[in-house]
Amino acid sequence: MYIDEYSDKVKDHFFHPKHNGKLEDADGMGKVGNPKCGDVMELFIKVEDNKISEIKFQTFGCATAIASTDALCELAKGMTLEDAEKISKQDIVDYLGGMPAIKVHCSILGEEALREAIKDYRSKGKT
Amino acid sequence: MDEKPEIYLDNGATTKVDVRVVEAMIPYFLKYYGNASSLHHKGAEARNALNDARQVIADRINADNDEIVFTSGGSESDNLAIRGTSHALKDKGNHIITTTIEHPAVLETYKQLGKEGFEVTVLNVDNDGMLDLDKLRSAIKDNTVLVSIMHANNEVGVVQDLEKIGEICAEKNIVFHSDCVQSLCKVPINVKQMNLSLAAFASHKLHGPKGVGALFVKRGTKLYRQIYGGSHELGLRAGTENIPGIVGFATAVSLWTDDDVERITSLRDKLMTGLLEINDTELNGSRESRLCNNVNISFNFIEGEGILLHLDKNGICASTGSACSSQSLDPSHVLLAINIPHSKAHGAIRFTLSRETKEEEVDYVLKVMPNIVNELRGLSPIKNNEDLAEAEKMKFDDHH
Repeated sequence: MYIDEYSDKVKDHFFHPKHNGKLEDADGMGKVGNPKCGDVMELFIKVEDNKISEIKFQTFGCATAIASTDALCELAKGMTLEDAEKISKQDIVDYLGGMPAIKVHCSILGEEALREAIKDYRSKGKT
Repeated sequence: MDEKPEIYLDNGATTKVDVRVVEAMIPYFLKYYGNASSLHHKGAEARNALNDARQVIADRINADNDEIVFTSGGSESDNLAIRGTSHALKDKGNHIITTTIEHPAVLETYKQLGKEGFEVTVLNVDNDGMLDLDKLRSAIKDNTVLVSIMHANNEVGVVQDLEKIGEICAEKNIVFHSDCVQSLCKVPINVKQMNLSLAAFASHKLHGPKGVGALFVKRGTKLYRQIYGGSHELGLRAGTENIPGIVGFATAVSLWTDDDVERITSLRDKLMTGLLEINDTELNGSRESRLCNNVNISFNFIEGEGILLHLDKNGICASTGSACSSQSLDPSHVLLAINIPHSKAHGAIRFTLSRETKEEEVDYVLKVMPNIVNELRGLSPIKNNEDLAEAEKMKFDDHH
């Protein structure tokens, strides 16, 4: 992708991610991707009153993947689990002010990781 | 450097035109603007310039001036060479050979010839990027008519031993073509010693203008023209000659000295050594048989596009073999061909130096790069080879 195709918002989330890191005492964790395709993502959540109270991620992937996951975290924080599960890649693309079609797939892993993390939380029987 | 510097280390893509080249070209726009095919004195001015330029290119590669055909650049030269000979020699045989690490101008042309009924052999190279000569020898058959092997690779900078390859081709009486787009003026080329029948060159990789190139065609080589029209360029390439461009190309070639190559080599070594001091980095391509201006390094556990964005933010232009930087989403075919695993191909960055690269620019890259790598590794869940091995066991998603 060419540098002039990145929106300012994508660049901002890539250069200054707000939600990067790990939650050692996470209530749920999702890990998806494979380095062979150039993306691995880990997403951690803490849940209070059925809402996502804290959310962090780590990504091995391209700039768009990093920015998209950070944007996803921004959107998901404070949401109920049911609402968070409904966040779509289009929501992320819209929030970031659009991106070329070829890069949209880079934002899919974030959603998958979030769903995995919610599943992980529920499987622990804390609901 | 108070302001954001502009450090251009993507000279494998293209170079800045030398100001002396521009100055040499200007009269051929404004004063000597004639058509080299015209009979009158304006035509003669253009024709003289064309012949002088042809001599400069010929001298550089130990050819004669009637063995140089000017073209629009490297891709056209490769197309003319490969398509031109294959079709001209069709009655003799239809087997043609090349390697996995060629530029698309060669690989795609071979692919097309495959569709046109030619039998194509694409030889693997070793993990350093070098061609095994025995492999070439055993690939040659009775119906082989063309071997095309690049001199210096554009991505990993590996330089093949054209003299030895040429010997094999000469023994078997097979036409030998080489894409020398990256090597001209940086690696000595002697078409006679190398037994070359054809060799492709481009001006814009060596501080000349874009849109000009040349093909060396050894006298007596059977070649079909690819562009029909007038009888320009020995009847092999129709079209009014781009005199300003050709003058610029020849001027750019004549400016290169051995000292330039030596200086660029020592800057390359400084950059290469310095970057390899960063943890978990690996040089891609041979260290010994390497183009004087190419550094290609994988920064493990991070991805190239992100590195490029950070470099660009610091004013540094480079390129990457990562899938996500390309429009196709495939990692570099060259890195995969030399068995760099996908995960490391994604983190490969190519820095290509030029005659204008300064030591303080190299120092600046060496200063900012560790911070960029640390920052991106901080974002990555993969911190070491154990994490990487663990992650590679995960299911292979089809989201691509």
